Amino acid sequence: MWQSLHASLQVHNFTVVTVAMDEPEAARPWIELAKPTYPCLIDRDHHVAELYNMVNVPQATWIDEQGRIVRPPENAGSSDAFRQMDRTRMQMAPEQIAERNHTKQTYLAAVRDWVLKGSASEFAYDAAASRARLQLPDDAVARAHAHFRLAQTLLKHGKREEAAINFAEASRLHPDSWTIWRQAAKKDATGLAAGPEFWARVDSLGDRPYHRPIDMKGLRQGDA
Amino acid sequence: MITVLHEQSEIRCANARADGDELWISAQDLAAATGWSMKPEGLCRGDVCLPVPRDRADSFVEGDMLNATAFWRRMQHPIAHDAAGELWVLGTSAADRGSALGSLQAPDFALPDLAGATSRLSEQRGKKVLLATWASW
Repeated sequence: MWQSLHASLQVHNFTVVTVAMDEPEAARPWIELAKPTYPCLIDRDHHVAELYNMVNVPQATWIDEQGRIVRPPENAGSSDAFRQMDRTRMQMAPEQIAERNHTKQTYLAAVRDWVLKGSASEFAYDAAASRARLQLPDDAVARAHAHFRLAQTLLKHGKREEAAINFAEASRLHPDSWTIWRQAAKKDATGLAAGPEFWARVDSLGDRPYHRPIDMKGLRQGDA
Repeated sequence: MITVLHEQSEIRCANARADGDELWISAQDLAAATGWSMKPEGLCRGDVCLPVPRDRADSFVEGDMLNATAFWRRMQHPIAHDAAGELWVLGTSAADRGSALGSLQAPDFALPDLAGATSRLSEQRGKKVLLATWASW
């Protein structure tokens, strides 16, 4: 998703940095296929999710030349259209595909606008607007990350059952985090945590979003 | 052997003992694992010092050994440990994470790429950065 953006904008003093919330060997085939020329980092312990209070993928934050956040972490161009797909054939209707593409293209166009115009871009926030949009963690989230870190370390030591207990505790403490839940969930043959348990958890959201909508011109609220 | 996990570090501590939900660890090991070191003012990191409560000093300090979990709870940082008391996560509070984000200075980190080469976010200073997450699952 990011290689063409990076390639077309890197002359403008811009880089993509991606972080895989993943096991290195699970991430490897995807990275080798994308042949990225930007830094492609592996975060087995989801440290970046903890630092930036991220709860799903893809999420992104925009950081300016001084290292300051000018768009806080948010959904990066993904749509909830997948929730309406035909689950037996794993197919989306044309209007769902169109909605998904619109969301992605709108987000990428906003990134381009910011890279070219800097703080003059309508998509880059000043400090007050950035702070107003920050989602801050609470104590339960902080405790969830401690249990997740413990679980990943237990897994490394081959203690699967005890790891599972701590993954479950992390998800109980931080139910909004799909990164924690899906990292720990059972994967199918293609490596996706998209079985019946996933769909049941998605359906239990009801009217709540899987990808939280973002405030961006060109996207309807509830679109993203 | 007890291992202490803090932020991105994982440090094996030669001089530590677990007692239920309490972790006692030498001042030297705690400093190596977390950057918090014992000074006359208390347990300190940078300019910040946490005094040892005078009325309960024995439950925080015993000679060279420190009750890391007592200090951690007092700072309202989360703790998680395994059943055997061999793995201890000395976590970071929501308040600390929140004030770091609230400063709007992008929190720095160091992570490996597939080849094992480590990069820091701050190495990109001077460029605009789109920091994006993804996963295979």
